[in-house]
Amino acid sequence: MSRILWILAVLLSHWRRHPMQLATLLIGLISATALWSGVQALNAQARDSYDRAAATFGGARTAVLVARNGGTFPQKLFAELRRAGWPVSPVLEGRVQIDGRSFRLLGIEPITIPVEVGNAPAIGRAGLQAFLTPPGETLVAPDALTDLNLPEGATPPTSDGTSLPPLRAQAQLVPGVLVVDIGMAQRLLNRPDQISRLLIGKTTGKRAPLEGVAGDQLRLVQPDAESDLERLTDSFHLNLTAFGLLSFVVGLFIVNSAIGLAFEQRLPMLRTLRACGVSARMLNAVLVVELVSLALVAGLVGLVCGYLIAAALLPDVAASLRGLYGAQIPGQLTLKPEWWLAGIVISIAGALAAATTSLAKAIRLPILAAAQPYAWQQAQHRWLILQSALALAVLAAAGLILWYGESLVSGFAVLAALLLGAALILPAILERVLSFGQRQADGALAGWFWADSRQQLSGLSLALMALLLALAVNVGVGTMVETFSRTFVTWLDGRLAADVYVNASDAAQATEIKAWLRERPEVAAVLPGGRAEVQIAGAPIEILGMADHATYRDHWPLLESTANAWKRLRPGDAGLISEQLARRLKLGIGDSVEVTAAGGNWALEIVGIYADYGNPKGQIAVNIAAFTRRFPDVPLTRMGLRVWPAAVPALISALQEKFGLDGRNLMDQVTLKAESTRIFNKTFAVTAALNAFTLGVAGIALLTSLLTLSNSRLPQLAPLWAIGITRKRLAAIELLKTLSVALITTLLALPLGLLVAWCLIAVVNVKAFGWRLPFHVFPLQLLQLLGVAMAASLLAALLPVIKLARMQPARLIKIFADER
Amino acid sequence: MSDSFSITRRALLGGAVVLGLGRNGARAQGFAGLGTDALGFAPVVPGKVFSFPADHGPHPDYRIEWWYLTANLRSSTGAAFGVQWTLFRQAARPGTQGEGWANQQLWMGHAAVTRADTHRTSEKFARGGVGQAGVEAKPFQAWIDAWQMRGLDGLRDDAIAPLELAAEAADFSYTLRLDADGPLVLQGDAGYSRKSEREQASYYYSQPFFRAAGRIAIDGKPVEVTGLAWMDREWSSQPLASDQTGWDWLSLHFNSGEKLMLYRMRQTDGNNYASANWILPDGKGRQIASADITMTPKGFTEIGERKIPTTWDIVIAPLALRISCVPLNPKSWMGTSFAYWEGPISFGGSHTGVGYLELTGY
Repeated sequence: MSRILWILAVLLSHWRRHPMQLATLLIGLISATALWSGVQALNAQARDSYDRAAATFGGARTAVLVARNGGTFPQKLFAELRRAGWPVSPVLEGRVQIDGRSFRLLGIEPITIPVEVGNAPAIGRAGLQAFLTPPGETLVAPDALTDLNLPEGATPPTSDGTSLPPLRAQAQLVPGVLVVDIGMAQRLLNRPDQISRLLIGKTTGKRAPLEGVAGDQLRLVQPDAESDLERLTDSFHLNLTAFGLLSFVVGLFIVNSAIGLAFEQRLPMLRTLRACGVSARMLNAVLVVELVSLALVAGLVGLVCGYLIAAALLPDVAASLRGLYGAQIPGQLTLKPEWWLAGIVISIAGALAAATTSLAKAIRLPILAAAQPYAWQQAQHRWLILQSALALAVLAAAGLILWYGESLVSGFAVLAALLLGAALILPAILERVLSFGQRQADGALAGWFWADSRQQLSGLSLALMALLLALAVNVGVGTMVETFSRTFVTWLDGRLAADVYVNASDAAQATEIKAWLRERPEVAAVLPGGRAEVQIAGAPIEILGMADHATYRDHWPLLESTANAWKRLRPGDAGLISEQLARRLKLGIGDSVEVTAAGGNWALEIVGIYADYGNPKGQIAVNIAAFTRRFPDVPLTRMGLRVWPAAVPALISALQEKFGLDGRNLMDQVTLKAESTRIFNKTFAVTAALNAFTLGVAGIALLTSLLTLSNSRLPQLAPLWAIGITRKRLAAIELLKTLSVALITTLLALPLGLLVAWCLIAVVNVKAFGWRLPFHVFPLQLLQLLGVAMAASLLAALLPVIKLARMQPARLIKIFADER
Repeated sequence: MSDSFSITRRALLGGAVVLGLGRNGARAQGFAGLGTDALGFAPVVPGKVFSFPADHGPHPDYRIEWWYLTANLRSSTGAAFGVQWTLFRQAARPGTQGEGWANQQLWMGHAAVTRADTHRTSEKFARGGVGQAGVEAKPFQAWIDAWQMRGLDGLRDDAIAPLELAAEAADFSYTLRLDADGPLVLQGDAGYSRKSEREQASYYYSQPFFRAAGRIAIDGKPVEVTGLAWMDREWSSQPLASDQTGWDWLSLHFNSGEKLMLYRMRQTDGNNYASANWILPDGKGRQIASADITMTPKGFTEIGERKIPTTWDIVIAPLALRISCVPLNPKSWMGTSFAYWEGPISFGGSHTGVGYLELTGY
């Protein structure tokens, strides 16, 4: 045992003499673990929220009984089903407004609510009395309480004047949901003795057949493996996870180079130890122990940093998800023990993986062999050929997946294969470029410059690969975000063509508003709109009734259409279909789609396909007159107004005053656009932050690799110095070399990044969201990134170069005295 | 068992306490809320004239009420079984009965099957006002979810028979038909049953003369059984004194045809309040004074951290009765949200027979 400790002490003494190296190693491990676990924490938090949301809504995760006609149904079915052995619990759901904000009101029955669901609102047994006994309680997420600026115990009135039971904060709740007792909900929503659905508990037992109890009134909906929200947000999390993994790999590159260097420098020490009688096995064991301890420490620090990253990004993630899908995530981070454990494990596993080559070398360490740089280079050559073959195979695989793949995962697989293949082939390409340079060079020094760059390649290749990946992903995501932004703005201009949008609270108010507007000279047109929801192939679809007006005809973002699409809409047997829906149902112009309307099935010929970015639901737009005929019960409460622009503010305040409309149901186009753009910008805020992190890590990888190399390369530099080249000049050559290699890498990264962007836009995005963006290249952005990459390389190269420029001549002379 | 969960006989308030709906003073009062002030609820006073079938139904103005059935059964091979079916009602607050979900009544059901080697239990909760649980006097039916006790065709109100009894849980189920060999028995003073030397009392009547036949299934394996059953009906607003900590209660079927209802309320001062009713086969009763009853725990069973007296010696001198009671399964623990011991017993000595034992507040 004491022997092991002694060996360990000897090995560790190396770090004492090279604190910078230790720092590099730790920074690598820490940043790898931090980014990875940070992303995991964000994902876990978001998924947790969906679970909770799903449980709270009691829809997706629990089997439910709902009315066959989609509405509410009499409560007596609840008692009848209970008596027939069904472990059901009633829920009534509706919407209420507090202070202009809309909330989902859930009426639950806490005594029968199934345990697996009941834990969601988590009404403790002690709290049950207060919840049930008048005046009862309204459970609400703490965030919502803060947003409403109300204290606990407040009894805010809803929009129709009824007071809610006293508010009580409940941390587990998702924001935007109010939970009250079902009896209270029936009163608040004015739905006496009605329920929206029955949650079915997991208790087994004899159940009478459903039809025998409820006739054909109810329909059983089996639980989904994942909730709607999960489906919608899966791609976003896949994206995040991919980023996390990439960052982790980049971090491991640093670890690998740091360990490689340490091993290189400790070769004499290891040889001495072996010569002193330490067995190869024991030496290796101690090396592993050393590594694991370092990984443990770094992993813990990394986890804390990961937590900080997650905590810092969480508001953005929450905003992203809210903006994209309307998913609600509480703005507070909670972590499970599994997360900590997984972080430590991945840190240790990563460190061991990064050290594999070095450890393998240590096992086979010939005790008395000296360094053989040239032989080493020959080995490198063989390895390059092998690696290039592998790269080509991976790239071929990427092509195959692209061709045959159908799913979102396959989209990401293409992306991964593309990046991996490109990274693997990078050294070969650099080698080609450098040897081409070498052939073109005239003069000994120039020749040496190229040859030495080639020789340096294997030591730098990992760092350069990291740089390549980080840059490519940066270009890809940057291009995608910018593309999205442009398209989005154009699209908004088309979709929000009217000047003012009004949403009346009911049909009566809508009529009243219309009559009032007719008297206003500044209002050029009132364009009524209607919206109904139907199901096609089991998914909810919006049917949009649109006025036949130049406003829409001129601006609507049609992607393709028949020649006289707008005229074709008039008879009411044709419709425009959103891109997502067209893709999902595999429909094109001229195809027909059948809609279940109140007045029977409605066959519509598709005369146009339009962009509807960001909408998870499919949409079909039809003529408003036809819409009213088919959905006579849907009140036409929405209207767009064409107004003389200068008169907009005055008209808005007049509407506000006259009809008590607030920001939710009265909006001018400018505000709406600003609001939409704001949501959009938030959407990719996280992506941008992670991009910066990744680039930063790649920079560190480059720095550490160069530091590593700068020491081991002294034997190559010393002879040059000895034949009369000054240290300053040597340093300048070194800097030039690093920058040129980095430049070549960056130049390679740009087309790769565009390819990545194309993959994201044309493959991943279509598969995840169902719409495709037009592909744009932004040269200025590319140039900017080129500058950033070169600056990062310069910064990374500067420290080793300065060290070289200031190196004591004695050290250079000493090289000739050394064994190498 | 901790004091906070000490309960009265029949575990009634257990459900309420577990639901968080018992009075807050429950712990301090030691009786899970039964010892607290009954202000606002209808008081139990002597001289009530019972009227059937109306009194088979619920009395919502009183705070607590139960329909309680226990059965001692045997299979054709002679194996002994016990069955319990109970429906408890508690009003969360006094006053006018609320409509629908606003109704203040809470219902709790307990069901159990006991065999020498196993004891299975299950519980259910429900709110009143919506039909999930309740009791109707005519035609008689008491139910919570799919568990029920209902009158069959030709039900006699003065005997509350014949009845059908059914309950089903994950690992057991039973269906029994109950026929009566005798009339209803009013306990205490014409149905006014005192629970202490002071005012605490309940309205209490029983049907101890049921013959039972039916089927029990444990883990899906059905067994045909026959035997004897006993139903208790009791309601009150404040049946216990604040210094009473629990209850040892027995219902005994003598092989000679008599029945005995016997209980003692344990008091913190050690002066336990006992009461018994010796019931002849024709339903006539003889009240036994507290001083004439000696109940001595003889053997204890450890269940978790609790030490439960499951074996008893009972002496009632005026009846020349001296018996030893042993449980069919000493682990007849009702591990429901609100826990107590309840199970079938048999006894020997001067008399022989079978019965049920309930121990609460341990």
